[in-house]
Amino acid sequence: MSRAISAKSLSFQLISFCLALSLAFPLWSQPAANVYAIKGAKVYTLAGPAIENGTVVLRDGKIAAVGANIAVPEDAQVIDAAGLEVYPGMFDPITQIGLNEVGAVSATVDTRELGAFNPELVASTAVNPATAHIPVTRASGITEVLAVPGIGGFDSEGGGVITGQASAFNLAGWTMDEMQIKRSVAMVVNWPSIQARSFDFSTFSFKEKPYTEAKKEYDKSVNELSDWLERARHYAQAKEKGSPDLFVRDLKLEALVPVVEGKLPVLVVADDARDIRNAVDFCTKQNLKMILGSGAESWKVKDLLKEKKIPVILGPTERLPEREDAPYDKPMTQPAELNAAGVPFAFSSFGTSFSRRLPQYAGTAVGYGLPHDEALKAVMLNAAQILGLADQVGTLEPGKLANIIVTTGDPLEIQTQVRYLFIKGQLTSTDNRHRDLYEEYRKRPVPPR
Amino acid sequence: MKRALLLATVAFAALAPFSVCAQDSNTQKDNAILIKNATILTITHGNIEHGSILIRDGKIAAVGTDLKVPDGATVIDANGQYVMPGIIDCHSHIAIDGGVNEGSVSVSSMANIADVLDPEDMSIYDDLAGGVTAANILHGSANAIGGQTVVIKLRWGKPASQLPFEGALPGIKFALGENPKRSNFSPPPGVEPRYPATRLGVEETIREALIEARQYKKEWDDYNQKKAAGNQNLIPPRRDEKLEPLVEVLEGKRYVHSHCYRADEILMLIRVANEFGFKIRTFQHVLEGYKIADEIAASGAGGSTFSDWWGYKMEAYDAIPYNAALMTDRGVIVSINSDDAEEARHLNQEAAKSMKYGGLSANDALKLVTLNPAIQLGIDNRVGSIDVGKDADLAIFNHDPLSVYAVVQKTLIDGRVYFDRQRDIDARPALEKEKQDLLAKEKKAAEEKKAEGKTEGKPEKKPVAKKKQPPTSPSNAGNVAGGGL
Repeated sequence: MSRAISAKSLSFQLISFCLALSLAFPLWSQPAANVYAIKGAKVYTLAGPAIENGTVVLRDGKIAAVGANIAVPEDAQVIDAAGLEVYPGMFDPITQIGLNEVGAVSATVDTRELGAFNPELVASTAVNPATAHIPVTRASGITEVLAVPGIGGFDSEGGGVITGQASAFNLAGWTMDEMQIKRSVAMVVNWPSIQARSFDFSTFSFKEKPYTEAKKEYDKSVNELSDWLERARHYAQAKEKGSPDLFVRDLKLEALVPVVEGKLPVLVVADDARDIRNAVDFCTKQNLKMILGSGAESWKVKDLLKEKKIPVILGPTERLPEREDAPYDKPMTQPAELNAAGVPFAFSSFGTSFSRRLPQYAGTAVGYGLPHDEALKAVMLNAAQILGLADQVGTLEPGKLANIIVTTGDPLEIQTQVRYLFIKGQLTSTDNRHRDLYEEYRKRPVPPR
Repeated sequence: MKRALLLATVAFAALAPFSVCAQDSNTQKDNAILIKNATILTITHGNIEHGSILIRDGKIAAVGTDLKVPDGATVIDANGQYVMPGIIDCHSHIAIDGGVNEGSVSVSSMANIADVLDPEDMSIYDDLAGGVTAANILHGSANAIGGQTVVIKLRWGKPASQLPFEGALPGIKFALGENPKRSNFSPPPGVEPRYPATRLGVEETIREALIEARQYKKEWDDYNQKKAAGNQNLIPPRRDEKLEPLVEVLEGKRYVHSHCYRADEILMLIRVANEFGFKIRTFQHVLEGYKIADEIAASGAGGSTFSDWWGYKMEAYDAIPYNAALMTDRGVIVSINSDDAEEARHLNQEAAKSMKYGGLSANDALKLVTLNPAIQLGIDNRVGSIDVGKDADLAIFNHDPLSVYAVVQKTLIDGRVYFDRQRDIDARPALEKEKQDLLAKEKKAAEEKKAEGKTEGKPEKKPVAKKKQPPTSPSNAGNVAGGGL
């Protein structure tokens, strides 16, 4: 299966394009090039106005220079991008990429651990760098993702309360060590919803329980969550004061220490306005740094989110309204509403195989009123800011990781193709399992009748 | 995702678009309507800039650039917006009251979706707002032979009896692979696993049912023959509601829409159909159709697929977004379907992906959600393109519908505006006020009741009122349960 920058997997188009221009690329069995210059494109840095006929210089994995009058270094391999557009790669901030190969086959899924409180688990431990999802996803212009344990998938219900730590990584590399941007980016909390109605997969029907019972279960979960945090505080104190002989290391509490110290944000997944309010209230009282995930009814609590400075990683715009009496287009107009209210947000797929729809989600929101430049930020820059990674990715500025896409046009538009893809400064193949199968079977001879 | 009603008391607020639609039913029906100044995507004869469409009695009466406004006609100025044929969804589970699957038996041909249509399912309105005007409403895929299917028009606000697409041939769902063999579900405790559990068993389940049906048909043919010959003392065969629809399949009077994923199982069903002398009308999902596109084309079956779903189960691991384009290139009539009330809201976008993946032309991409599903459902004489004489089922978009930025402004069925975005937006403040008033009233009533209880100072138990069941959204339940796995 194709890996980053393996010569064999360089796309057919890319090879023919390069040959046509008689570029002296060392395409085969050479060490990866260190310096590139993308020339002649319209460059959207997301750190300022777009640059016509701009040049981007990439050196040693980082962006070295961006501008209209940049000299092309002598040692650079030149990518003639006339007529093309250059953007930062897209960032999908909630996925199960690498943790989930085939959703229905549990042997290939590492997102759901037993037990309700697992703060010590870290996603990057089990991210499979050889997953077919990585090349498929990056072919759509997504260059980095956050892998989030415990949410999404077929049976997201009952997946625990604290499900582990989310990890950010680039979508190219031979090992996780090469790919990783940051191992622990956020602690994931599935906010316990007051669910009176739930779907039971064993009987394929909805089960109802009395509200009082649902509320009781909710209170129990939240109390447990409080207990864990309280114990983590004591643990931190004890550790600080130090009684080494008696001190027993506790992995779960140890993992929660940066959370209670406000150093590691909590990514709280909630949809219902009531759940969001409860979660905000809880995190405020507990002094936690909260990021809201999914947030189907964020629009109802946008003032609260704004006031408390809580950013939102939105679930797909392609969903039905949470309630039947909500306007039919609420999931599509919500991003525009949050933007107008000044609530920072990013789009996410909440998926694995659907990650490549990320630009489509943002484009749909533009159709329903979100300004186009804000939509670009919400798939390229905002996630990095929300997750504290904007010093590394999100804009085309010198010093940042050279995660760059060169497109045939508007990256949010469905028909746009990614012509070149750079991850950590390396020209990376857009070839993938799907294109391979297509090329293989379109060559199948017509069978005899 | 869940959509529960907030309170029983605001239930009717949810039906507001219903009443908004209903009020103009008399003003538009039977009168001429002229849509003018539009970019018309006819599908069959190119695009017409600055064009007009004249609608009379619910049918397209004229299409062109120089149409005059007839006296008394309602004029819709499209202001340069795009008009395309209403989108046809060849695989849907909306508007179904209760479960989508009769999952107790492996042959459930006696179950009929037409008997359980729910005209109040909000998904009808949601999908209408995505430009969908007709949909193939299918039983789920739990069984090798599932239930009977029905084609509907999304006539939001009309009773269930007026949803079915008049004259459309009924269908039946077959299902192959992981769902009927139940690879991905465990039976509930105490329930025995069900035959079949392999693809081999799925084939035999279907073959056995068809043999039964053939025998049953022979009994009736014999009976009818003897009766026609004047034989008086005959006892008719016992009617069998399981086998009757299968006899219709054998006689070509009922379409088979078969859920399938892998190439091997598709070829299996083509062989079985050949053996019994009928044709499969459509292969549904057909995610590996691209591997055997020539065989599918030769069998005369259509392929109705997803745009880019893959990897959610083992049999979807070889799914590719080039499927629609590759099958089209090899001569299969292809449609792109939703299988999901939400996905149906942007089938125009999903069709556009076949241009990116496999290079279909814009017109061929649009065909995937208009003319081609119409052909697959045998209703292309009525819908699927903008041609004189066809039903005025139209979707008006503010941009090219193949753009991600296009938003449906109006949807017409039979020449009547069933969805109007502006009207929907305008109605929202009044609906919100109504809801808030109801909530306030409910709150006040509850407080008064509480105060009453206090003044009476009754510690003893009051008779507990039976808890009102919140109105569930059955079709949503169905979608979760649905064939869409």
